[in-house]
Amino acid sequence: MSVLDSKVPKGPLKTKWTDYKNHIDLVNPANKRNIDVIVVGTGLAGGSAAATLAELGYNVKTFCYQDSPRRAHSIAAQGGINAAKNYQGDGDSTYRLFYDTVKGGDYRSREANVYRLAEVSANIIDQCVAQGVPFARDYGGLLDNRSFGGVLVSRTFYAKGQTGQQLLLGAYSAMNRQIARGKITPFNRHEMLDVVKVNGKARGIIARNLVTGEIERHSAHAVVIASGGYGNVYFLSTNAMGSNATAAWKIHKKGAYFANPCYTQIHPTCIPRSGDYQSKLTLMSESLRNDGRIWVPKNMEDVMAIREGKKKPTDLSEDERDYYLERRYPAFGNLVPRDVASRAAKERCDAGYGVNATGEAVYLDFASAIQRYGVEQAKIHNIENASKDKIYELGAAIVKAKYGNLFQMYEKIVDQDPYKTPMMIYPAVHYTMGGVWVDYNLMTTVEGLYCIGEANFSDHGANRLGASALMQGLADGYFVLPYTIGDYLSHEIRTGKIATDTPEFDEAEKSVNDQINFFINNKGSHSVDYYHKKLGKIMWDKCGMSRNAEGLKEAMAEIKALREDFYKNVSVPGTATELNAELEKAGRVADFLELGELFAKDALAREESCGGHFREESVELDGEQEGEAKRNDVDFAFVSAWEYKGEPGDAVLHKEELEFNEIELKQRSYK
Amino acid sequence: MNLTLKIWRQSNAQAKGKMVDYKVTEISEHMSFLEMMDVLNEQLINKGEEPVAFDHDCREGICGMCSMFINGEAHGPDRGVTTCQLHMRMFKDGDTITIEPFRAKAFPVIKDLVVDRSSFDRIQHAGGYISVNTSGNTQDANAIPISKHAADEAMDAATCIGCGACVASCKNASAMLFVGAKVSQYALLPQGKVEAIDRVQNMVAQMDLEGFGNCTNTGACEVECPKGISLENIARMNREFLSANIKG
Ligand SMILES: Cc1cc2nc3c(=O)[nH]c(=O)nc-3n(C[C@H](O)[C@H](O)[C@H](O)COP(=O)(O)OP(=O)(O)OC[C@H]3O[C@@H](n4cnc5c(N)ncnc54)[C@H](O)[C@@H]3O)c2cc1C
Ligand code: SF4
Ligand code: FES
Repeated sequence: MSVLDSKVPKGPLKTKWTDYKNHIDLVNPANKRNIDVIVVGTGLAGGSAAATLAELGYNVKTFCYQDSPRRAHSIAAQGGINAAKNYQGDGDSTYRLFYDTVKGGDYRSREANVYRLAEVSANIIDQCVAQGVPFARDYGGLLDNRSFGGVLVSRTFYAKGQTGQQLLLGAYSAMNRQIARGKITPFNRHEMLDVVKVNGKARGIIARNLVTGEIERHSAHAVVIASGGYGNVYFLSTNAMGSNATAAWKIHKKGAYFANPCYTQIHPTCIPRSGDYQSKLTLMSESLRNDGRIWVPKNMEDVMAIREGKKKPTDLSEDERDYYLERRYPAFGNLVPRDVASRAAKERCDAGYGVNATGEAVYLDFASAIQRYGVEQAKIHNIENASKDKIYELGAAIVKAKYGNLFQMYEKIVDQDPYKTPMMIYPAVHYTMGGVWVDYNLMTTVEGLYCIGEANFSDHGANRLGASALMQGLADGYFVLPYTIGDYLSHEIRTGKIATDTPEFDEAEKSVNDQINFFINNKGSHSVDYYHKKLGKIMWDKCGMSRNAEGLKEAMAEIKALREDFYKNVSVPGTATELNAELEKAGRVADFLELGELFAKDALAREESCGGHFREESVELDGEQEGEAKRNDVDFAFVSAWEYKGEPGDAVLHKEELEFNEIELKQRSYK
Repeated sequence: MNLTLKIWRQSNAQAKGKMVDYKVTEISEHMSFLEMMDVLNEQLINKGEEPVAFDHDCREGICGMCSMFINGEAHGPDRGVTTCQLHMRMFKDGDTITIEPFRAKAFPVIKDLVVDRSSFDRIQHAGGYISVNTSGNTQDANAIPISKHAADEAMDAATCIGCGACVASCKNASAMLFVGAKVSQYALLPQGKVEAIDRVQNMVAQMDLEGFGNCTNTGACEVECPKGISLENIARMNREFLSANIKG
């Protein structure tokens, strides 16, 4: 087992990044014009990186599978973005954001990376405001903040419930400026299907034009993967339908180690599923937990009556309700981190207290918030003896201003009015902390191949705090990669244009064509979705919110068998030389069928509970923390980085030991 | 419920398209419209036929990919929703539903219900940005206070998802609501003022070049816009454009 070199620079944590930046080799502007960079993905990470690299003078090509960079999945992020600005004067600082992130991630992330993230976070807000991102403001005209789970300060910046949209449109506008200058060439409706390596270095990609089916070769001096997360390995998740692991998985097969695949975030507040036809799950932003209280009935008779439609949730008195998060975690209450909130919901539903027909739903109730805001507003407006209705009206208006679009989204889907009756929610797969292993420079184990945003494993450890993914994506793209990539590219100034008529490109193109032709000619008996749904069920049942050794072993064997069946019996209609959505899906599901197996293998190897990874064998048996997850720092304070060896089940583990010099490792307590 | 679907099928940009009838059965009222389309496609694949191509991604009304013209309306009969947010409870058992692509000269059909909206991107390249460098350090975000009112109005304009329903609903296939929303977002913010003149002139010039029609104030776009982008944005853009032409 080799030791991985994270290339974290020496020196004190607080000045590490600045010192390092000051000593990175620079590329002179005249030379940058001769250097090409490929960026796969135009979400917050890829979009911001592409714009900045182009602005610095490199020639950039961007790729995305949607018809426009603006539609990358980052667009769907709702709640907000963290930054240690301390505008609220509530004691926030770079150190506190760093500390919260390491603790929230259950001490499984790299200190130096997280500190750098916290350090550049404030810059992101400045940058985005300069671009015209319309963040929410208070009446004094200054930026407003809200709180998110797992922290006790208010550091989340937001633009209604559409923060991701506004940030992405900001990055897209920065891209547009560079497209107009000719420094970015966008390849939309294109999918990267392989990376090309020449003498061990990443030198280009093979991409499919999704409209014509043409297979194209693109060369560059460095390749950046910013293709997002792999939550769709579960079939149902809050990710977009097209979100996929193909780019990340293909580079894994070409030598990039894949880290901590089992670290998945199951988000506590999503709309419960309603039937077998369900194609995706919808998130209700975590920001709702600022004002919503989560509960199930205390008594089983009430649960039954509600399920049978004989009682309504609003019929239950305060005493008949179990606000289980407030009960179990008095210090953080409804604002415990996501992994804790999700497991608590599962615990209540497994015990039989779920409030809908499937038994998999809990309430998120705004009645207290509406009342509280109503009373406050009545005071502000000097309304004496306000009636109950007036208070409700005033309070509902505040809730509407804060969460109006989320409430509307809920009503459109569920056909119930959340101002009048509590929302029903249940956990769903949302984010993947695991991903391609990268060093401090965000370079993978393949030279010249970088990975940023949700696609890499860095920064969030075993659990991500709310509003930190947007922060990480933009930090990577605007403020980290543009510096660190210079260190590598400064050695490329004499390389010259990379040719694409070489054996390496021939070979990569051939393997892409072989796979496509296989799918088109297979004429099997099952659709791609048939396999994707089966994979999703194995993942959810055996690699979901709680995992055990037996289930994980079964999952590995079942996924392998499913993959073999897929290659015998999958059916893809149409041809390779046209727009063919089924063909696109087939390639993505083929990769999920491999990734899923590695996922289970990783979960099996990690015999501890940490963050989103909960092993039933590793819980506290007594004391105040009884029943809570039990981490094992002696044996597992490392990053698992897997090397591909032909079959996912044969992957070889490399450990990056995690050193904690600034922060003392403690059992997380939100009690 | 059981439904008859009349769907536009066109195998590629050059081909001549036609409406084709399909039947779907046992559709639940809780399904989304696109889940109903999934059922149809699964049915077609299992019969060895080609599924219907349509654009979609987020399925929660924010990415702007989905784009169907349903029973003569962009994004269908419900208000304030995209196609992916439309639910089958808006329809009844036995209904016949016509499904066509968003049609406009500037949105050529690629296949079936998929259209090419890259003209929208090119309008944005022409000026849909503020010229600030992304790598350097800028001033503190709170250095320029912006009134809550202006920030909220800019946000309302900025919620446009670039779906193109406004164009598809307009008898002139005008893109004024889309362009007006972008111009307004920047016009309402101090950061956007510096380049205001060039921005509006360049974006409008590109819009004309792409072959979008003129605005004759029918207001159809506002009715069908899933994000409630208001006609005021068009008025604001017209003011910006007039004053730019005087100044510029
Ligand atoms: C519903 C929802 C709400 C969220 N809310 C928040 C929030 O409030 N705060 C927060 O911090 N985080 C939030 N997150 C998480 C956050 O949005 C994501 O982690 C983040 O946006 C990922 O950004 P990205 O740039 O890494 O990838 P993405 O935005 O997913 O972009 C991926 C890009 O890669 C492209 N791509 C993928 N594969 C290929 C390929 N093979 N070839 C070519 N192109 C490819 C895609 O076209 C796309 O452009 C939320 C996530 C979801 C799902
Ligand atoms: S203005 Fe409305 S209809 Fe037009 S593109 Fe924007 S969101 Fe769609
Ligand atoms: S699929 Fe994204 S808006 Fe409809």
